[in-house]
Amino acid sequence: MRPSWMLRLFAAFGLLVLLAPGALVLVVSFSAGDFLTFPPPGFSLRWYEALFTHAGLMSALATSALLAAAVSALALLVGAPAAYAIARLDFPGRGVLATLLMAPLLLPTLVLGLGLLLVLQPLGLVATWPGLMLGHSLVAIPFAVRIMTTAFAAVPKELEAAAWTLGATPLRAALRVTLPNAAPGAIAAGVLTFLVSFDETVISLFLVGPRLTTLPVEMFRYAERTTDPLIAALAMSLIVFALLMVAVVERLMGFTRAMGRD
Amino acid sequence: MIGWLLAAPALAVLALAFLWPMAGLFRISLNRTTETGAMETALTTESYGKLLGDEFIRELVWNTLVLAGSSAAIAVALALPVALMVRAASPRWRGPLALMAIAPLLVSGTARLIGWMAILGDNGLINALLMGLGLRETPWPLINNWTGVRIGLVESLMPYAVLVLIAGLGRLDPRLEEAAATLGAGRVRTFFRVTLPLAAPALLAAWLLALVLGISAFITPRLMGGGRVFVLATEIYDQALEYVNWPAASALAMLLLGGLVLLMLLRAAVAKFAGGRA
Repeated sequence: MRPSWMLRLFAAFGLLVLLAPGALVLVVSFSAGDFLTFPPPGFSLRWYEALFTHAGLMSALATSALLAAAVSALALLVGAPAAYAIARLDFPGRGVLATLLMAPLLLPTLVLGLGLLLVLQPLGLVATWPGLMLGHSLVAIPFAVRIMTTAFAAVPKELEAAAWTLGATPLRAALRVTLPNAAPGAIAAGVLTFLVSFDETVISLFLVGPRLTTLPVEMFRYAERTTDPLIAALAMSLIVFALLMVAVVERLMGFTRAMGRD
Repeated sequence: MIGWLLAAPALAVLALAFLWPMAGLFRISLNRTTETGAMETALTTESYGKLLGDEFIRELVWNTLVLAGSSAAIAVALALPVALMVRAASPRWRGPLALMAIAPLLVSGTARLIGWMAILGDNGLINALLMGLGLRETPWPLINNWTGVRIGLVESLMPYAVLVLIAGLGRLDPRLEEAAATLGAGRVRTFFRVTLPLAAPALLAAWLLALVLGISAFITPRLMGGGRVFVLATEIYDQALEYVNWPAASALAMLLLGGLVLLMLLRAAVAKFAGGRA
């Protein structure tokens, strides 16, 4: 049935609500004024200049980028074998394993962050690289496992069976046939886990300190204190970066499929 | 067996990052906070008792539930037409439409709230329109209050609702709606008498997911509330990091977890029921 004009209208309103914040961030980030005023009193690049010369935010950016790279590498490394097992092997407790690996995504990051603070603080691991990596892997690993499972499941089983027939051991077949065929999915998983870690705010809020802090935390604290177009310029930069990543994932495996639960 | 072996590294990291902190959280919730505010190792349910007897906490729980419940309902109501549109769209448009609705999931929540500040603030888009048209003399306070928090929360919950609804509506047979139309029902009648009842399990599932996420939301109440809106999540954060009262923060977090587990069990039951009917 063709959608009625009423459905189109309501759907357009829904999409407007979803897309409006991004559109406003775009406009306000180029403001020449001193506040988040709409319409801006004029347009300029001054707040982007201010952003890229802001030492605190730029050093937090470097930390976040490095952290996200390390976290996504770790998540893929430990997540891929687990995903292969869930997608390909038949063994007792497979469903339980899949549920266990997804469990952290079910709980609020606020509670996860608090728990990590309570056990890491006495060990002096707050505001350290190992502490932040541990906290971020908590959300990155389930993500990596979920996307890699979808990617492995999409590779026809017959390919691996053919390799066995031709004399390859199961390990060799998995590494030389299934893994290369699942490579686009693996890259998509890497990109998404990078983004998940790069944007992670709430867990980080509990685990950062003056010694080591991340970009989302500094952004949150900045927005709590003041709202000037500098923060909009930062928000815009993050939105553009996220959209680029989404476009990459869309090309590799389809974004909706990567994010979907089934 | 080889399956568990392959998953062992992932399980090991998660045990360290998940089970250990959760055990620590529970243990510390049983400690005692002394008069001076120091933490004393103990095995007592004092912190829980204090919370349950506290008028302010009871109000906080109620406010949190009302905020999350209403925001989840509005989010589902706004997400339904989007999901129906994705379903009705031609294959060429289906992907881009779904992508537009879900892409916000990967955009930093703080970044999107900055956009809302530019829309809802005293010098923002809506007030510029209202005052420009002469509809209002003074700015309409849409931010730093419950209204702002609710609007921000609705938007952040919508993509999740769209995801659940797309999955749920996909199982719904379009021939039933076509049959209603053939039998003479108009668009509106078909929607209310056929589509909506069939979509009810998916709507309930989407609302429950949005409710769970809304109850534990922290960034939105904090930024859009301007420090004037208090919910469970902001209280846990303040107890842990502002007042450094770990037993109180842990006990409150345990209570929150208990409530969420109940809601998730309910969600699983709904999913089972909906799955059995499809």
